[in-house]
Amino acid sequence: MKKHHPTGGVEYYNRISQPVNILFNLIFTVIALSCIIPVLFVVIISISSNESIRQIGYSFFPKEWSISAYSYIWKMRSYIGRAFLVSIGVTTVGTLLGLFMNSTMGYVLSRRNYKLRNFFTILIFIPMLFSGGLVSSYLVNTQFLRIGNTYWALILPLCVSSFYIIVLRTFFQTTIHDSIIESAKMDGASQLLIYFKIVLPISLPGLATIGLFLSFAYWNDWFTPMLYIQSDHAHMYTLQYILVDIEQNIQNLIRNAQYMMAGESLANIPSETVRMAIVVVVVLPITMSYPFFQKYFISGLTIGSVKG
Amino acid sequence: MAKKRRFTKDDMELTLLALPTVVWYILFTYLPMFGIIVAFKRYRPLPDSNFLVSLIKSQPVGIDNFKFLFATPDAWIMFRNTVLYNCVFIILGIVIPVTLAIMLSNLHSKRLAKGYQTIIFLPYFLSWVVVSYFVFSFLSADKGMANQIMNMLGKESVQWYMEKKYWPYILIFLNLWKGMGYGMVVYLASISGIDKMLYEAAIIDGASRWQQVKYITLPMLKNMIIIMFILSVGRIFSSDFGLFYQVPRNSGPLVDVTQTIDVYVYKALMGMNNIGFSSAAAFLQSVLGFITILTANFIVKKIDPESGLL
Repeated sequence: MKKHHPTGGVEYYNRISQPVNILFNLIFTVIALSCIIPVLFVVIISISSNESIRQIGYSFFPKEWSISAYSYIWKMRSYIGRAFLVSIGVTTVGTLLGLFMNSTMGYVLSRRNYKLRNFFTILIFIPMLFSGGLVSSYLVNTQFLRIGNTYWALILPLCVSSFYIIVLRTFFQTTIHDSIIESAKMDGASQLLIYFKIVLPISLPGLATIGLFLSFAYWNDWFTPMLYIQSDHAHMYTLQYILVDIEQNIQNLIRNAQYMMAGESLANIPSETVRMAIVVVVVLPITMSYPFFQKYFISGLTIGSVKG
Repeated sequence: MAKKRRFTKDDMELTLLALPTVVWYILFTYLPMFGIIVAFKRYRPLPDSNFLVSLIKSQPVGIDNFKFLFATPDAWIMFRNTVLYNCVFIILGIVIPVTLAIMLSNLHSKRLAKGYQTIIFLPYFLSWVVVSYFVFSFLSADKGMANQIMNMLGKESVQWYMEKKYWPYILIFLNLWKGMGYGMVVYLASISGIDKMLYEAAIIDGASRWQQVKYITLPMLKNMIIIMFILSVGRIFSSDFGLFYQVPRNSGPLVDVTQTIDVYVYKALMGMNNIGFSSAAAFLQSVLGFITILTANFIVKKIDPESGLL
C-alpha cells in the first residue's frame, strides 16, 4: 500500500486528482490488455482441440482442450526442433560476432587521439543516411559474396549497425577513463590486450544492452531467410521463417518435413492448432525473458538517442 | 588538429581492431551503394562472373527502367501509400506516445506505472510474422473472433482479407500498437531527466498541473521530439515490409492499400524477377530518403539552430 506523506511534500501536493488518476489507470489497463490478450488468445487456440475450432472457431472458451498440436510438434521434432536449433544457433553466433564487431569499432571511435577517428566516424555515419537498397544488397550478397543458401546469409547482414556502434562508443567514452588506458599502455600493453583484458570486462552493462538488441533482432528475423534461403534448403529455415512458410499453406509443413521424416500421413495434422503452437514456441522465450532485460534495453535506447 | 602527426604504433593497433568492421561496412553497405547504378542498366548476370563484373558489362539504358516503371499504375500507388501512411505514422507516432508518457508519469502508483510500461513494451519485441498470426486469429473470415462478435451482434460476417476499406485503419492501429511502448520509453526517460526544481518553482507561482505540462514538460521534451521527428521523416519513403506484406497476408484484393515501395521492390525482385523495375523503385527510395532527411534537418536547424540531428 502507498504510504501517505505526513510532511506533505511538494510531490504529494502536486499530484493529479483522484478521479483523473482513476481515468488514466483505466486507459492504461485497456491498452495493456490489448497487448496481452492476443498472446493469451494464441496460447488458448494452441491448446484447443481441432474439432472445437471446426465447430465454434477460435475461442477463448473452447469446447474441448487438447495438446495434440504440441505432441505433433514433438513428432516433427526432426524438422521443427531443427529449426529451433537453427534459430538458437544463428542468434548465439550472430550476437557474439555482432558484439565483437560493434564493440571493437565503438572502442576505436571512443579513443580521442586516434588518427583515423574522424574518417571512421564518417564511414559509419554515411550508411545511416543513405543505403544501396534491397535490390543492390541482394545482388551483392547472392552474386558477389555468394552467401545465399548459407548460414552466413542469416548472420552477416544483421550483425553490425551504426546505431549499436554509437551506443557503445558513447558508453565507452563515459565509463572508461583515459587514465586506465594510459596506465595500461605505460605498462606496455598493446591496444588489443587493453581491449580484451580491460575494456570488455568493465563494459559488461553496455555489452549486455547491445547483446540484447542483437539477440532479439536475430531471434525475430524472418526476412533474411525469406530472401536468401531457398525452399530446397529447408533444413536451414529458422522458426520464424517456418511461420512465414506455413502462413499461406500448412501443406508446406509436410512438404518440408518429408525431407527429414518419412511416412507421416497428411490427415493426422491438427492443422488449425499446430501453427498457433509454433507461434507459442516462438513467442514464449521472448515474453518470459524481456521483463528482466527491459532495463538494459531502455538504457540502450536512452544512450542511443543522445545526439551523436 | 595536427594533421602531420605520424601513424603511431597505437594508431596501428586501433586500426587493426577496427578492420573487421571496416571490411563489413565496405562489403555490406558501400558495395550496395555502388551497386545502385544497376537501376540504369539492363542487368543480366553473366555466367562465370560476379555481380560487379556483370554490372559493369551490362548495357546502360539511361532512365528506361524508371520510364517503364512509371508507365505502370503500381508506381504511383506505392509511392502514395508509402508517403501517406508515413505521414499518419509520424503524427500519431509522436502525439500518442508523448501523451501516454506524460499520463504515465503522473499516475499516483509508481509500481502500476512500471507494470503498464512493461506490458505496453511487449509488442515491440515481437516480430510482424507473429503479429500477423495474432491478427489472423481475430480477422479470419470463418474462425476469427471479429466475425464471431459481429454475428453475436446480429451482423453479417466480413471477409476481412478481401475488403480493402478496413485496412488503412487496421494497419495504422497495428503500427501504433507495436511502436507505442518504444516511443513511451524514450519520452519517459526524457521526462525523468527534467529537473524537479522547475516544477516546484511553477507550483509556487500557482501553476496548475496542466500548465506545468504545457510550460515545462512539453518544452523540455522538444529536443527529443525533434530528433524522433527527423528520424521518422528520414524514413518517409521506407515502410515496414512485415506490416504491409505479412500482416495482410499478401492478399490480392488489398494491394491498393497495402502496396508500399518495399513490398513492390520485394515482389518485383523475387516474384517477377524484374530487376529493372525493382532496382528503379529501390533507387528512388534511397535517393528520396536521403534528400528528405537532409531537408528535414536543414529546416529544423533554420527554425532552431540548437536542434537538428546532423
